[in-house]
Amino acid sequence: MKILDWLRFRMSTLFQREQLRDEMEEELRSHIQHCADDLERSGVGRAEAERRARIEFGGREKYKEAIHVSMGGNFTETCAQDIRFSLRQLRKSPGFTFVAVLTLALAIGANALVFAVMNGLFLRPLNVPDGHSLYAIQRGNDKYIVQSYPDYQDLRDRNRSFDGLAAYNIVQAGLDTGKDPSHVWLYAVSGNYFDVLGIHPYLGRFIQTSDEHGPSSAPYIVLTYRYWHSHFQDDRGVVGRTVQLNKHPYTIIGVAPPEFLGTLLFFSPDFFVPMVNEDQLDGSANMKDRGRRWVFEVLGHLKPGVTTAQAAADLSSIGSYLEKTYPKEDDQSSFSLVRPGLHGDFFAPAMRAFLAGLMLLAGTILLGACANLGSLFAARAADRGREVALRLALGSSRMRILRQLMTEATLISLAGGAAGLAGSVVLLHRLSGWQPFPQFPMNMPVTPDANVYLVALLLALASGFLFGAVPVKQVLRTNPYEIVKAGSSARFGRRLTVRDVLLVVQIAICAVLVTSSMVAVRGLMRSAHSNFGFDPHNVMLVDTDLTMAGYSEDHVPAMQRRMIDAMQAIPGVTSVGLVDTPPLHMGWGIAPVFTDQTTDLKPSNAVAEAITYSISPEYLHAAETALLAGRAFTWQDDKNAPKVALVNREFAGKILGSVTGAIGKHYKLKDGTRIEVVGIVEDGKYTANLAEDPQPAMFTPILQSPRSDAVLVIRANREIGRDPEHLVAAIRSKLRGLDAGLPAFIQTWDEEMNGALFASRMATMSLGVLGAMGAMLSITGIFGMAAYSVSKRLRELGIRMALGAQRKDVLLAALGRPLKLLAFGSVTGLLVGILATRVLAYIVYQATPRDPLVLGGVVLAMLLLGLFATWIPAQRALGVNPMILLREE
Amino acid sequence: MNDQAQILPGTLDLLILRAVSLGPLHGYGILLRIGQISANALLIEQGALYPGLFRLVRKGLLQANWGTSENNRKAKFYELTAAGSNRLREETDSWNRLAGAIAAALSPQPEEI
Repeated sequence: MKILDWLRFRMSTLFQREQLRDEMEEELRSHIQHCADDLERSGVGRAEAERRARIEFGGREKYKEAIHVSMGGNFTETCAQDIRFSLRQLRKSPGFTFVAVLTLALAIGANALVFAVMNGLFLRPLNVPDGHSLYAIQRGNDKYIVQSYPDYQDLRDRNRSFDGLAAYNIVQAGLDTGKDPSHVWLYAVSGNYFDVLGIHPYLGRFIQTSDEHGPSSAPYIVLTYRYWHSHFQDDRGVVGRTVQLNKHPYTIIGVAPPEFLGTLLFFSPDFFVPMVNEDQLDGSANMKDRGRRWVFEVLGHLKPGVTTAQAAADLSSIGSYLEKTYPKEDDQSSFSLVRPGLHGDFFAPAMRAFLAGLMLLAGTILLGACANLGSLFAARAADRGREVALRLALGSSRMRILRQLMTEATLISLAGGAAGLAGSVVLLHRLSGWQPFPQFPMNMPVTPDANVYLVALLLALASGFLFGAVPVKQVLRTNPYEIVKAGSSARFGRRLTVRDVLLVVQIAICAVLVTSSMVAVRGLMRSAHSNFGFDPHNVMLVDTDLTMAGYSEDHVPAMQRRMIDAMQAIPGVTSVGLVDTPPLHMGWGIAPVFTDQTTDLKPSNAVAEAITYSISPEYLHAAETALLAGRAFTWQDDKNAPKVALVNREFAGKILGSVTGAIGKHYKLKDGTRIEVVGIVEDGKYTANLAEDPQPAMFTPILQSPRSDAVLVIRANREIGRDPEHLVAAIRSKLRGLDAGLPAFIQTWDEEMNGALFASRMATMSLGVLGAMGAMLSITGIFGMAAYSVSKRLRELGIRMALGAQRKDVLLAALGRPLKLLAFGSVTGLLVGILATRVLAYIVYQATPRDPLVLGGVVLAMLLLGLFATWIPAQRALGVNPMILLREE
Repeated sequence: MNDQAQILPGTLDLLILRAVSLGPLHGYGILLRIGQISANALLIEQGALYPGLFRLVRKGLLQANWGTSENNRKAKFYELTAAGSNRLREETDSWNRLAGAIAAALSPQPEEI
């Protein structure tokens, strides 16, 4: 109804406006007629009388406009006029419009993107009903968020501030549904977990408190929607089915709703099992141990009306009771509340600082873009000086002209904002579904919401206002009579202005970014071919955890031996080794190492921390790690044999004094074990950072330090990069022959290396994006200045040409200043960039600016950028026709 | 021409109200009447009259009707509404007070003599 009324009102005012215009016209005509009648009576001829009457009346259009304003301003009509006129103006200069919209799209898009990530990770609560009142509990001054199970029970039962406290933990397991056994990530959740969060099952039912009857009493599984969709093909009959989890039978009882991805950002589980069954899954006995803190997070909704301070005080009073009752286990039992989702204050501060930095950067880019567009806009306004003057002379008000300019700016900024937002929405959806690590299910809830759209709109309007405001002074100062008479003034400042300095800074930053991104790209290219102390080409990695298939400790070594032998029998496989964690893979082991003479084995007496590997005898062959001296292991180096180790050169040199004399020497571990060095291997890259310094590393026989989760390293004698499927199928069938219920994760070592190169790739990519942003800023900046310079000096250029100046001279006169600034900025930026890449070398392996390709590339890039930015103004300067110009002005 | 005074901002409305208070007039007639009652001492650009007229109609101080003029031409005639004559009285009073005060302030003071 309201809309109808409004429409009727609008229609009637529109109709009235037509009528009003006609009446007004008639009334003014009548006035002039009366005036002419008087004049005629005084003896003037009719025609002359009417002419004089019109002159005496004054500017008819001006007064009509004034009448319109006095009738209460026809805002919508004026706006529509402004928009129509602006669109016409913009269509007339597509180059300017394109550059302006693109610039704003990039700048606003970047802001929207960063804001959406911030919004998704920090501002928006977890996606559960009433997420605003959901809090997690952290303990003591160190803010430990993990708790022991008995402590959790006490907190849950004794507090008066929460509507129930739930707990969850993250567990890995092997799932066997009868087909391919697979590795899965679980939440082990307390019985009240789903009730406390207030979510309802999509299918079947959830785990409930009434399911818990002591350890291992509830063998139930609740699937996430995502896992149900991808692994059970949306099969509704899945509820009630029994599957094997680490060789124990579990019943699927329900499926969670699609929007629920767990209570942790970055990581979502495949399914949920009751926490009372966790001991059964990982073979531990933690449930009753108050001293062992392993419950990942405890969280709940605050009761209505309870503040966080009251809740913390309530919990802390329980804490002091715990401290008194269990002095040995529960020290430091004061509690505080924290938002869930980022595991307390564990990585929140670093992330927040990082995102705040990004936001600042994006904001700066937007400001820079506005400054540049402002000067472009001023150049346009200067070009249109005559038009403006003419309109002023014809009775337009300055307000009206400014309003039209602002409309133009707003239109551009809205178009740019819309394009930028669209781009960032696409990117955000990609980012939400991004799974960079195949073994690790990610959860990045950064899909945009109303907040993001609002921020983008506000940014667009604000930036339109910012750059639209630049030519205001120019318009206000316009003196119509002067300009119509003499043409626009040709003054163009010779001295250094703030605008110049800003432009140089922008160009320099752009050059720094271009330099660093080129250095990073070259470093990345080189690191694909460098020596890591092993050769990842033509190697398959098979990741298995025998506990997931129910093997007890005693049976693990024999099974691993059988697996190695089976792989060895595959045609085309040259050697097979076993290692607990391959180098450059997350989860490496580190141990303090002591000299043989040290008797007091406290941590401060350690000579070094060494990276540790448990390997099978064939590992060095399979990984192609060179044995420099001594002997490799054999299967005789078992539990009963003397403890031995292979060490790398760095270890030998740093800890044992010399590389040559190291063999036969001993060193000690923390528990006092004496180990004899039997061989030296080459240095390599070990932690997941290729840029690391050489690190000491030791390799021990896997029989002397057994591990149930280990990786088979299988080297093939041919190129497997092109056709790994064949080998994968062979490996799978061999494994199935050994144990059909053993989950295994198979990939090539080259693929695995992507994880190690992740940081470098990300750094390179972000530098590339920033470089592109910087280039865009510099281009608009130079373009703006060049365009302004050319349009201000058109007359001068025309005179020069008329006096016989060559094309070169004209170009130099028109573009000398922006080009000088470009050269100055580029050189500064290049020098700073070369210094900055020293920092880059910590992230990207083998990043060095001493590379002719990089230097040449930067110079070329900046030249291209300058050429691109000055192309249109240069064409304009060269296209000056002195005859026309001098006649016109 | 040159000894005509520029009218003060805001006083045009008052002059219009005063001009039509003596009977309905069309736009040109109002102009002539103002010239007549002010003894041609005030300079008013002809067109500037109309925004004021439309404003006063919108405020409900004047009402307008089409009719035929003494020259036998179609013209729009303006006359005061009740609100218009009230407003004219108030404005006249306040103008007189203001003018009196300013005249008193500007007249030679005893201590100056």
